[in-house]
Amino acid sequence: MPRGSDIFLQNISKIVVFIVLAFALYLFFTGHGSPGGGFIAGLMSAGALLLLALAYDIETVRKVIPFDFKLITALGLLIALCTGTGALFFGEPFLKHAFGYFQLPLLGKTELHTALIFDLGVYLAVVGVTMTILLTIGEDS
Amino acid sequence: MNNLLVLPVLLPMALAVFLMFFRKKVRLQRAIALVGGIANVAVAALIVFRVRDHGIQTLQFGGWAPPYGIVFVADLFAALLVLAASITGLAVLIYSFSTIGREREEHYYYTFFHFLLVGVYGSFLTGDIFNLFVFFEVMLISSYALITLGGSRKQMREAPKYLLVNILSSTLFVAAVAYLYASVGTLNMAHLSERIAEVGQSGVLNVVAVLFLIVFSLKAGLFLFFWLPGSYAAPPFAVRALFGALLTKVGLYAIVRTFTLIFPYDAALTHTWIAGMAAATMILGGIGAAAYRDIPRILNFNVLIGVGFVAFGLATGTRDGMDGVVFYMLHDILSKGLMFVLGGMLIAAAGTDHLDGMGGLIRRRPGLGWMFFLLALALTGIPPLSGFAGKVLIVRGGLEDGMLTLSLVALASSLLTLYSLIKIFREAFWGVEPEAEPDAEASTSTSKLKSKSTPTARPGLLPNAAAILLLLCVIALGVGANLVSGPVSQAGETLANPSLYIEAVLKE
Repeated sequence: MPRGSDIFLQNISKIVVFIVLAFALYLFFTGHGSPGGGFIAGLMSAGALLLLALAYDIETVRKVIPFDFKLITALGLLIALCTGTGALFFGEPFLKHAFGYFQLPLLGKTELHTALIFDLGVYLAVVGVTMTILLTIGEDS
Repeated sequence: MNNLLVLPVLLPMALAVFLMFFRKKVRLQRAIALVGGIANVAVAALIVFRVRDHGIQTLQFGGWAPPYGIVFVADLFAALLVLAASITGLAVLIYSFSTIGREREEHYYYTFFHFLLVGVYGSFLTGDIFNLFVFFEVMLISSYALITLGGSRKQMREAPKYLLVNILSSTLFVAAVAYLYASVGTLNMAHLSERIAEVGQSGVLNVVAVLFLIVFSLKAGLFLFFWLPGSYAAPPFAVRALFGALLTKVGLYAIVRTFTLIFPYDAALTHTWIAGMAAATMILGGIGAAAYRDIPRILNFNVLIGVGFVAFGLATGTRDGMDGVVFYMLHDILSKGLMFVLGGMLIAAAGTDHLDGMGGLIRRRPGLGWMFFLLALALTGIPPLSGFAGKVLIVRGGLEDGMLTLSLVALASSLLTLYSLIKIFREAFWGVEPEAEPDAEASTSTSKLKSKSTPTARPGLLPNAAAILLLLCVIALGVGANLVSGPVSQAGETLANPSLYIEAVLKE
């Protein structure tokens, strides 16, 4: 590792990355009722990964997420597309969403909405695009 | 609930996303793309029949009623344009199989191709002005990718101009939508039309109307076309065919839709502007087409003449003019696609893009020569071919409306079209083939082309198939003008009478 001496940066990042990712997760799930949503959560997660890339190097990020980020973008688009298309199979207009209340083990009565799956698609697409841009520019040098 | 309407957008989008997973498997990509292209033509044809038999179709996204949700609206104008665009898309796809090169294919060429089609079909079908902006951006961002893909020196030189102009015009588009929303408080096109009719189109609304005209003219190359001849000469011919056939037409479609549906109430102001810009476009396009001797520029200026013609038809504001607009746009999408496909084959066969290095090609490639000849006649508007009916209707509309000068300009520009294309035909196909020496002599233009044209130097089956497909459509549209005239005038009816559109969208 070329930058082995940045002990402060590396150790603090180890902690901060998890905090940032947790906050991203919070933003992702809170999007329906308060500010947040797939887009900002995606940017936040990409920010965490970028911090990791700055403290260590790009190889570490690749080890953490061993997929091609372009494929993650594609997967996100595919998920978003499928949520819209799903309505077609129930004879509903395109992008019609459904929701219901479920009794979940730890959370109790929870509202689950297909818009969340759409948001997951947005989230993955944003993470994929941001990381593709950052890594493509970063790897040139 | 009419989910058929979303399929033209959904299919290429699913394809584009799907193809991202098989980047290296070029054969698989081609097969999937081909099947998707054929399916799209079928879907578009189905929509045309549905709209012809049952009137204007709407789809409310997510089941939200019109002024609140996004609607897709297929009147016959939009449906016919989607059909023509999908046929051209299919032909260009077949043409790109053998000409685009493996390098580009591995770098998501077919993905960008299909995203561009998503933007085009979406722009035609949407009934919401902000959604129109979004589909414009989908189309433009794919076109940015396609214009730079490959990264040759020429592309890198022209792409920044193209990007700058389009980013600027997109910003203006958002500003115009913001002004419009601030003044009438809705974004749905039918609802906009209704509200503007209530408050009267004057003062600030006229300013917004002119702002929209400027925005869409920048996209369509109507008078504000300074960026077009250079930018369209940069990417490979398959991409140029897509741009020349579809991108300017989407801008034109937006002009036609905006000024027949949203801002038709002060024709004395807006339509005079459009008439003036149409005249200038036809004159400058004609001069450019006649002046240049390199084929890409001649073809690019011919695109402009077509744009001017449609704008002229719109400016007349008569029933004949509207029918002419519909017919001419169908013809223009198909024939401009054909023009660039044939131009690409011609340049690949000759090995140079300048007329000075060409000659005698008719002996080696007779099929190509006569196809080009037919194309020249079709673009000029010689009776049995497709350009005729549209031009007659538009000029008749112009004469009805007392626009004698403009009609004469239109006819003169047709002559210049004929002159410029016959110039190519005469100098490239007749005469004596130049000796093989231009390799050393005209190295500036040939060496650049060498890398691109060597793999395609042999006359392939696929480019011919693409050209023949489009040529058959162009001939069928001309010979079968009587068969098409029913749907075309039905489409012209909705353009001339926007209340039909409004009722279909805002029905309780």
